Amino acid sequence: MTSLAGTGTLLRLAWRRDRWIVVASVLALVATAYGSMAATLDLYPSDAAAASGASAMVDNPSLTALYGPLPSATVAGIGVLKTVMMGSLATAFLAFALVRRHTRSEEEDGRLELLAAGVVGRRAPLAAAFALASLTVLATGLLSALSLLATGVDAVGSFALGAVEVVAGLVMTGVTAVAVQLTSTTRGAGGIAIGVLGLAFVIRATADTATGAGQDLAWLSFLGWAEKVSPYGANRLWLVVPAVVATALLLAVADALLHRRDLGSGLWAARPGPARGAARLGTPYGLAWRLQRGSLLGWTIGYAVLGLVIGNIASSVDQIADSPDVEEMLRKMSGGQGSLLDAFFGTELRFLAVGAAAYGIATALRLRSEENAGRGEIVLATPVSRWRWLASHLVIAGAGSVWLLAVVGVAAGVAAGSVSTTGVAELLPAALATAPAVLVCVGLTLLLFGLVPRLSTAAWAVLAEFVVLGEFGALLSLPGWALGLSPFDHLGSLPGGDPNAAGLVGLLVVAALVAAVGATAFRRRDLAT
Amino acid sequence: MAPVIEAVGLTKKFGTTTALDGLDLTVHEGEVHGFLGPNGAGKSTTIRVLLGLLRTDGGTVTLLGRDPWADATELHRQLAYVPGDVVLWPNLTGGEVIDLLGRLRGGIDEGRRAELLEAFELDPTKKGRSYSKGNRQKVALVAAFASDVPLLVLDEPTSGLDPLMEKVFQEHLARVRAEGRTVLLSSHILSEVETAADRVSIVRAGRIVDSGTLADLRHLTRTSISASLARPLAGSEAGGWPGVDSAREDRDRIVLSVETSAVGDVLQRLGAHGIEALTCQPPTLEELFLSQYRDTLTDPAPREEVPA
Ligand SMILES: Nc1ncnc2c1ncn2[C@@H]1O[C@H](COP(=O)(O)OP(=O)(O)OP(=O)(O)O)[C@@H](O)[C@H]1O
Ligand SMILES: [Mg+2]
Repeated sequence: MTSLAGTGTLLRLAWRRDRWIVVASVLALVATAYGSMAATLDLYPSDAAAASGASAMVDNPSLTALYGPLPSATVAGIGVLKTVMMGSLATAFLAFALVRRHTRSEEEDGRLELLAAGVVGRRAPLAAAFALASLTVLATGLLSALSLLATGVDAVGSFALGAVEVVAGLVMTGVTAVAVQLTSTTRGAGGIAIGVLGLAFVIRATADTATGAGQDLAWLSFLGWAEKVSPYGANRLWLVVPAVVATALLLAVADALLHRRDLGSGLWAARPGPARGAARLGTPYGLAWRLQRGSLLGWTIGYAVLGLVIGNIASSVDQIADSPDVEEMLRKMSGGQGSLLDAFFGTELRFLAVGAAAYGIATALRLRSEENAGRGEIVLATPVSRWRWLASHLVIAGAGSVWLLAVVGVAAGVAAGSVSTTGVAELLPAALATAPAVLVCVGLTLLLFGLVPRLSTAAWAVLAEFVVLGEFGALLSLPGWALGLSPFDHLGSLPGGDPNAAGLVGLLVVAALVAAVGATAFRRRDLAT
Repeated sequence: MAPVIEAVGLTKKFGTTTALDGLDLTVHEGEVHGFLGPNGAGKSTTIRVLLGLLRTDGGTVTLLGRDPWADATELHRQLAYVPGDVVLWPNLTGGEVIDLLGRLRGGIDEGRRAELLEAFELDPTKKGRSYSKGNRQKVALVAAFASDVPLLVLDEPTSGLDPLMEKVFQEHLARVRAEGRTVLLSSHILSEVETAADRVSIVRAGRIVDSGTLADLRHLTRTSISASLARPLAGSEAGGWPGVDSAREDRDRIVLSVETSAVGDVLQRLGAHGIEALTCQPPTLEELFLSQYRDTLTDPAPREEVPA
């Protein structure tokens, strides 16, 4: 098959370029799986001791919405609760990033053209990208399983956890393979693939918190399949089979699409556009808005849906979470004050704040990609000062992420207001109160961009670090100062509790400071060429 | 009158690479200044310094009498820049980019815009990602030519253009010159700036090796003539003709390097030997450097290429 010629060469090339990031990501995933299991084993010496802890989790709606149902009321079951969904999401994201990077990004940058003119077959780039991503996924699953085995827990369950990650990662590989055929831009492909991942998450979160037949909806989502593997519980390892079948089908679709399009273009042809620039486009802000509005629209829709879903769960919170243990646990997760419902919303909003920070980081990183591509140079050679250019993207990153928080606050408030006593008046301020932590993340991105532009994308690692501190820090009994490194640790306990105004002001000051240092450094450095 | 561009002893290092090594450049008002050099010589780096996009490590530079690093924003009101490798926004059309750049520069000449679009045969409704390299170049050129600014900085503007479009470019360049505007035009092809430039500076390994009017640099513009003759001619004999710089025999052909002014004479002399086939071509810059500067330069070692 000559259309596959050169796959091996491309795979080696891809591995050479990405080996460190792949190894680091896989190890981080394995370490979190191992770490949370080991810490849980320390916490509960026996399954009997775990029973009371488990009872607080079984019917906890906010846990269920975020992490899925507790696989089993055993120590090991508690030990993998977070790993199941967070590991699935992270593995899926890694698979997505690898496939997209070695197919659509390469094509967009024109590098594949160089290759396609040589001895590389038409299918080779996709095949190589798929091979790299699926091998990474398999390695993640296998190593996670082995690391859990090392803690002395049940073997079948450990391999089931590996299977969870494999299911999520493999299917996402296929989803991305299709997405990159559809549009001709990296960004567009990312929007489609991440949109599908988000939809899969919302479907399973809705299904898991539903009662009765609604729960079966989870089977529509590949993240639902991953969670239904249920390690240390039902141990449905066989779910790998439908995942492999689905991946094969998606690859076949991607392959068919590949043969229907030209190199460099997507299946959806680029349509002609206006011959004249609209008046708005005449300033750096107009340009930045034009470049960023599509992604903000997508995120806004996603956050509105998530807000409605979460607000809707409010109706059942009181019914499902009726044990004092659950209440206690929820309080702890959300900062400790207010009613049960307040605690539920507090937890969910913190989770959504991390998402808004991801939006802010991605948007601020546009500065770097514009600079790198040479488009920054074109604009900065006109009478646009470096400050104005910086500000044009930064305003959208900052205001856009606050806007998303407002959207989710209002959407959740509207949905919850119709079924409970908590409404927009409580949830909008609570959502907005997480903004300072989000802005710190945006500021840190700018700091990296100004001081060490080559490492700008390390902003993602910083956010991942904050998430790990928040999710696993307490479990790993890290000291308070270490937990306090994450800006999300300084949020108050809204709704219903203390907003921690001093902490919020402190975060805003930090955000402003790091942003100012980053902007000043950018003004003083060479533009990358 | 003060020069529009004046750089003295510019140095710029990227890590261990020395991109500019004491470069001097003077461009006077109203002239088209050819900035010539082989790949990696430091042309783009010089231009980026002039635009205030890069800091220098040493030397002084003024643009329109001001410091390009400190007064970048103010200075950019008075110039238009076309980068060597034009990258456009994938989802903006060419027309939108032209208007955007025009407005950022403070206005665009509408009549000229339409005229240029037609002359360059550019479809302004296409999105950035669907333009070829040459067409991306045209978008930036139209935006630059349609702006009413006194200084144009063009970095290898014709590198992606076909010969027909190159001619259109030369026409518009001539018009810009007639209007008294100043142009800095970089290239690595001598013949390209030959027609348009008033003065030329030649850069190699980050340093100016020669600078002057084209007449001053005539000695550089030797033509290479290769002929196969009916009656054989010894290289040593032809080498002695006036205006012939060097001559050698290459199998059944004779290859001469001739001063441009002497081409006619030499052809006549060759004719006496019965010309069967003949090619004449201007020398490439690299050939010039090899013949002209091999001995005079202390550090001509080729440096590593980094795509700029
Ligand atoms: N950002 C950078 N980092 C490291 N080295 C660089 C950088 N930019 C340029 N260089 C090096 O500086 C030297 C001059 O490069 P420059 O781009 O100015 O050459 P040029 O004359 O424009 O060449 P070309 O005709 O190929 O465009 C080259 O050796 C190049 O490798
Ligand atoms: Mg160059």
